[in-house]
Amino acid sequence: MKKTERDFSTHLKKRHFAGRIFKSICCASTWTGIVVLVVLLVAVLWKAWGWLDWDYLSHYDSRHPENAGILAGFWGSFWLAILTTLFTVPIGVGAAVYLEEFAPNSRLTRFIQVNIANLAGVPSIVYGILGLTFFVRMFDLFQGDQDKEIEIFLILTSVKIPLPLGRTLVAGALTLSLLILPVVIVAAQEALKAVPSSLQNASLALGATRWQTVKHHIIPSAAPGILTGIILSISRAIGETAPLVMIGALTYVAFSPGDIESPVQLVTNPQGIAKAPFDTFTAMPLQIYNWVSRPKEEYRHVAAAGIVLMLVFLLAMNATAIFLRHHFKKKLQL
Amino acid sequence: MMTLKSFDNFVESDKTSTSEVSQTDVGTRTKFETRNLCFYYSSTKALHDVSIQIPKKKVTALIGPSGCGKSTFLRTLNRMNELIEGTRQTGEVLLDGVDVYQSRIDVVLLRKRIGMVFQKSTPFPKSVFDNVAYGPRVAGERSKSHLKEIVEESLKKAALWEEVKDRLKDSAMALSGGQQQRLCIARAIANSPDVLLMDEPASALDPASTARIEDLIFQLKKNYTIVIVTHNMQQAARVSNLTAFFFEGELIEFGKTKEIFTNPDKKQTEDYITGRFG
Repeated sequence: MKKTERDFSTHLKKRHFAGRIFKSICCASTWTGIVVLVVLLVAVLWKAWGWLDWDYLSHYDSRHPENAGILAGFWGSFWLAILTTLFTVPIGVGAAVYLEEFAPNSRLTRFIQVNIANLAGVPSIVYGILGLTFFVRMFDLFQGDQDKEIEIFLILTSVKIPLPLGRTLVAGALTLSLLILPVVIVAAQEALKAVPSSLQNASLALGATRWQTVKHHIIPSAAPGILTGIILSISRAIGETAPLVMIGALTYVAFSPGDIESPVQLVTNPQGIAKAPFDTFTAMPLQIYNWVSRPKEEYRHVAAAGIVLMLVFLLAMNATAIFLRHHFKKKLQL
Repeated sequence: MMTLKSFDNFVESDKTSTSEVSQTDVGTRTKFETRNLCFYYSSTKALHDVSIQIPKKKVTALIGPSGCGKSTFLRTLNRMNELIEGTRQTGEVLLDGVDVYQSRIDVVLLRKRIGMVFQKSTPFPKSVFDNVAYGPRVAGERSKSHLKEIVEESLKKAALWEEVKDRLKDSAMALSGGQQQRLCIARAIANSPDVLLMDEPASALDPASTARIEDLIFQLKKNYTIVIVTHNMQQAARVSNLTAFFFEGELIEFGKTKEIFTNPDKKQTEDYITGRFG
């Protein structure tokens, strides 16, 4: 009797000890991540101190670091964000709804599902090459001296679409859309799957068609999850540099797309809005990368200021995602 | 176990019904008829050759132990089983003499004619008004005044109008459990169905709410054919005109409630009713 008691108590000590070791390892991993992040943030803030001011936000790039600003990059990223959202949301949500609610459970559907998940893991530069061939050069179908274009007439202005698209914002946005589409589709599908089947059954039992059920109940119920997925994907897309390098976004740019330089002009200049998507551009990550590669030491500070700005943006987008999610969850639960 | 005396009291009031309903009654008094209905979940056979005739404007109760197939049977009546993967059925299900599984039948219209109330109340996360108006709206009703009429009428029929008439725009999720279930009944009624299928509608409710639902069923049977699945034999005895006893996917016995509960033909029925199993 005594022997088993003693054995049992030593095992207990060992088990507790193993538990404590494991807990310490996990704790150390967490803190390592946090510490590294904090160190990086502090280093960046230190470098950017004094360099991030209103002048920085309202000036273009310059050969003199003191005068260099991020205006071109800011507007480029802005238009990219809007256009990418415009392309991704209908296609991504539509595909997710179809795959989840309407597609028959066949081999073809399963094949498509597996491949979408795989596409999420493709390196972004591959999408850059794809975008270059397909969107920028359009397989070199439109050759010749004269650039053709399609003109669409709207109320206040007309939209001129160049063919091939060339190194425009539209081409960049399309490429980025391809990049984040798999992630959006998977996230949206997960949100749709989470809608309780009792809701669907109740709606169908009342004589609603499948589409009516999806439109009135399933999509609204899945909206918070879908929205979160979209916002997080867009914030990832804004940080991507490799695909934009591939499609040839410019690096020394002293103009804003469509010549829209301030938020006021968004309202006062409809021609600019029509022109902007088809303008050449640069983006914030590209501009930062370019500054870092320049020999002058001062450009490191300029780059750091850009990094801080980008971080602020990403934080704001993630905060919006969390807020919207919380807001919709409350709305649906009561 | 209920006493025979209390049972008789309840059934006496039903003597005003004029038609004698028997197993072989066919034609105009039958709402639903199934012939040799077999149902399969993938490879498992859940219903074996069920043939039954459910009469119009009466309450038919389906009783039996857990897993005996009564909910499955209920769902075959409005083709809700089709929503589950890998199910199939053989045999016929006739509504007013027409096979509902024919390909030319529009299942959406079928489900409008047949209202269903589930065990757990599932109000939509919308206002009370929008919940009740949902059925008519998806069917194409646009007139606001007409919808208001329909909503008021359905809520009155479901004995909920007095409690919610000032709160029509409030969220349905704020109602109590019993109110939510009555809302689901109002929702089903708003479609003006011929039939109401109820899958254990009161099993998640307290005795007071249960009593109200039972009163409601009693009122509703004047205008609707009602088929109710219940675990609670006292409830079956209280509200139904006819009772069908299911066991392991087979219909063991079907007849007038009074006879089933006082003088069942089959021993299995008697064993279940007296509580020897299930």
